[in-house]
Amino acid sequence: MSGTGDPGRDLSLLRVMVLIRRFEEQAAELYTQGKIRGFLHLYIGEEAIAAGVLSVLGPEDAVVSTYREHGHALARGVSAASIMAEMYGKATGCSGGRGGSMHLFDVARRFYGGNAIVAGGIPIAVGLALADRQLARKRVTACFFGEGAVAEGEFHESMNLAALWQLPVLFLCENNFYAMGTALQRSQAVTDIASRAASYGMPSEPVDGMDVLAVAQAAQRAVEAIRASPGPRFLELRTYRFRAHSMYDPELYRSKEEVERWKKRDPIPAWEARLREAGALDDAGRARIESEVAAEIEAAVVFAERSPWEPTEDLLKDVHTEEGIVA
Amino acid sequence: MRVRSTYREALRVALREALRDDPRVLLLGEDVAFYGGAFAVSHGLHEEFGTERVRDTPLSESAFLGAGIGAALGGLHPIVEVMTVNFSLLALDQIVNSAATLRHMSGGQMSVPMVVRMATGGGRQLAAQHSHSLEGWYAHVPGIKVLAPGTVDDARWMLPAALREPDPVFLFENARLYPMEGTYDDAGSPAEIGRAAVRRPGRDVTLIAFGGGLPKTLEAAETLTAHSVDAEVVDLRTLRPLDAETILGSVRRTRRAVIVDEAWRTGSFAAEVAARIAEEGFYDLEAPILRICGAEVPMPYAKHLEDAALPQPHSIVQAVLRTMGRA
Ligand SMILES: Cc1ncc(C[n+]2csc(CCOP(=O)(O)OP(=O)(O)O)c2C)c(N)n1
Repeated sequence: MSGTGDPGRDLSLLRVMVLIRRFEEQAAELYTQGKIRGFLHLYIGEEAIAAGVLSVLGPEDAVVSTYREHGHALARGVSAASIMAEMYGKATGCSGGRGGSMHLFDVARRFYGGNAIVAGGIPIAVGLALADRQLARKRVTACFFGEGAVAEGEFHESMNLAALWQLPVLFLCENNFYAMGTALQRSQAVTDIASRAASYGMPSEPVDGMDVLAVAQAAQRAVEAIRASPGPRFLELRTYRFRAHSMYDPELYRSKEEVERWKKRDPIPAWEARLREAGALDDAGRARIESEVAAEIEAAVVFAERSPWEPTEDLLKDVHTEEGIVA
Repeated sequence: MRVRSTYREALRVALREALRDDPRVLLLGEDVAFYGGAFAVSHGLHEEFGTERVRDTPLSESAFLGAGIGAALGGLHPIVEVMTVNFSLLALDQIVNSAATLRHMSGGQMSVPMVVRMATGGGRQLAAQHSHSLEGWYAHVPGIKVLAPGTVDDARWMLPAALREPDPVFLFENARLYPMEGTYDDAGSPAEIGRAAVRRPGRDVTLIAFGGGLPKTLEAAETLTAHSVDAEVVDLRTLRPLDAETILGSVRRTRRAVIVDEAWRTGSFAAEVAARIAEEGFYDLEAPILRICGAEVPMPYAKHLEDAALPQPHSIVQAVLRTMGRA
């Protein structure tokens, strides 16, 4: 195997993927217990993308995400505890309990959400990058969205702006082939999404989103290119969501066989096998990751359970900068 | 005969009837077919009528709503489903600048017979991008009609009424009501658009509500009997055109008005109703008009905050007791 060339980083990619997987398994369990409410969109199956892409960003770079963003937030270093508390609706959550699963924010980590309007985050990413370009800061804005967003006007308007103004945005299309129940070929006249970006004059490439190394390397190349000469890049990351769209979806639109087929390409065992093959991981190392992750998640749940609710009297706080706006 | 049904099933019965009776009718929207409808309203209809008449669209609210307008101009009778009112904002241009204007702007040459259905309202912990009640905004716009079914019977009979209209009609389905049980008259006839209904006669105070606010208001009216208050409940049913006559007639009898509206108070539909009463029924009043509205805050995720942000039966009861001079 040829890893990233850095054994520590190779292991960390595995650890991040395992953290996301176990965190979301726990979240699903808590959802059935009624501890987490609202919509809960799981990322299970797609972990290689968050782990790979975010491993190449620096703390100065920005991340814009969607409602399926637990993985992005965790990989960005937003603490499991503050995300769990957010999903409980507690005051200690990363959005103060106001956002829930779909609206995770952590501006200190330049994690700009958590947008539940499909394609809604894309123009915002363009604006963040515009600010960087104008202020001559060498930063990259990474913008995640699903392939469903490619049908929206906001996607095309943003592609054009980013390319026209040569802005430092890394567009990351997580193509899991379904937008809720609508299969890609039933929503796009041209299903080769990378070519859509290319039509805006933007360098773009399709990437195997189930292969964390391929993702990390493609992201690395793209980020380096953007830093060298600002101008957007586009990656189409082909992946699959193993679970329902959200917790209510009876999955009438795809077959069990198809899901099983993709599960054979699960990015976690695939990467694990390559690390073992290279002698970079043994049973003890694997078990250590599992137990560290379990401890982190357990602590997150305890934190969420014990955290206080925001007082109801604070309902109107932060609608505007000043407090005390009339009801 | 009165048939027991949920609000959701009643809507589906009406959709099925429309598709069966008129070959020009088609249902257009995101995930209306293969997924089974985001709220399962259209579940199974594509199997019955085919995917040309129950047609999944890509995520492109502006395009498919505009296409609905064009299809209506071209001789079809589209029913466009927008998944939720928050997403309808992506189509606002087509709605306000085209659907609502074409007849008048063309000197009466054009007609846009189109029904737009969408889910509205909060109370499901879906936070600030999935929970708003913007039907009052739409009611601001001349050229469209705005209906807000608050009962199972109206869920059954408003759609056929909307389909008789030569102009665009917007049907706001409060998502909390989908599982609500009730009955409809299976030998009924299309609802009268522009006609409010007295859902509960009473002598002491008029409670005015619509859509998702109606069940809460009826519950409050029941509670008020324990306080020896006999409340009349008027269900607006149609926001545009507004049935001022029924409202004013009721206020003339009870001499007090309390308006319940789940939307934000400032510029709310409740403000319009209050203004009408003040303009035309001022001398009938024995107490100031009161409004019970949503708090002026983007909808928070945490349940206790969301509950506090929305009118509740107990807050309605308190307001009524205030206007009666009992609190
Ligand atoms: C503007 C808008 N329209 C509709 C929706 C409802 N909706 C939420 S997620 C989704 C599917 C999006 O699919 P995709 O972009 O491929 O991302 P995925 O969920 O597969 O990660 C839809 C239709 C929405 N949130 N926003």
